[in-house]
Amino acid sequence: MLARIQLPKTARRGEVISVRIAIQHPMETGFRFDVNGRAIAKNVINALSVRYNDAEIFRAEMGSGMAANPSLEFFTVARDSGELVFQWVDDAGRRGEERVQLAVTGP
Amino acid sequence: MTLRLLRKAALVLLVLQCAAVAAAQPPRSGISYAGADVRALQADDFANPGMLWVARGEKSWNALAGRNNRSCAGCHQDAPVSMKGVAARYPRIDTATGKVSNIEGRINICRERNQAADPLQFESEELLALTAYVAHQSRGMPVAVAVEAANRPHLERGRDIYSRRQGQMNLACVNCHVQNAGRKLLAETISEGHGNAYPAYRLEWQGVGSLHRRLRACYFGVRAAMPAFGSDELLDLELYLARRAAGLPLETPGVRR
Repeated sequence: MLARIQLPKTARRGEVISVRIAIQHPMETGFRFDVNGRAIAKNVINALSVRYNDAEIFRAEMGSGMAANPSLEFFTVARDSGELVFQWVDDAGRRGEERVQLAVTGP
Repeated sequence: MTLRLLRKAALVLLVLQCAAVAAAQPPRSGISYAGADVRALQADDFANPGMLWVARGEKSWNALAGRNNRSCAGCHQDAPVSMKGVAARYPRIDTATGKVSNIEGRINICRERNQAADPLQFESEELLALTAYVAHQSRGMPVAVAVEAANRPHLERGRDIYSRRQGQMNLACVNCHVQNAGRKLLAETISEGHGNAYPAYRLEWQGVGSLHRRLRACYFGVRAAMPAFGSDELLDLELYLARRAAGLPLETPGVRR
């Protein structure tokens, strides 16, 4: 699944940084019908988690009320240089993963 | 009696003046009619969901395709350099076939001629992504299609379609987008109907769609027969729309309701 992630490449230690993620996904509500009148099965990204150096810092549980192509933003404190791992899964069982490096400077 | 006639004459004069002023005014982009939230969504390059298609287009640009095993980048190298300003000059006449070709058509011509690949289907995610990526390289540049002998008949045909009443509602494009631009149609504000944001992300579609899809939606709205994607009628109309929008900056990927 295609996703875009935005966070600063470098941050000072203790700095509050904004992390944004946008995922291309239809977020099918399950309330719609196709041109032949058949119900379209619900398929939304139901779980998304973000780990920062193996510690979970953000988790979202989404339902049918989310628009297509969800875009999420949260804030975190830059503690150590390392990797942020974004993982998500939809109702159809498709998984997505993105990894982004963050360099932390200063004492 | 004469007073009434005089009044009528004054009114006619006023209407004519208004028309003259309207004609002299520069074109106004559809985004200026949108609400603050839609404008903010388009202006923020991360929040703008259309950028997902641009990102996907960038991947396709660099991916090998076809029996010649060639990528777009293999010939055109860096799109931000080679494709800058290209979308502002489209649609153009393809010199080999003599037909009007928009960005989608040009991509498919390139696929067949140079990559020996099958043409991509209209409104397929990959064609939309590639088109959005190519058009995005001209964002901010003014629409500037040339008027020349080769495309003049198509421009004139496009203009005729634009002012032709059609469908069960018996409406022409001009009835809404020229005579009533800026006024309300139910909950929406009617725009001048420029195509400078396309391929655009429409909230109604929850995805990116081409200008032809948007035009077909208008045909549907006036209950007229919808021309096929990439048909001569829509291409001529697209060419005329580009001429009409001359000077407006491209916004791809735009965001619209």
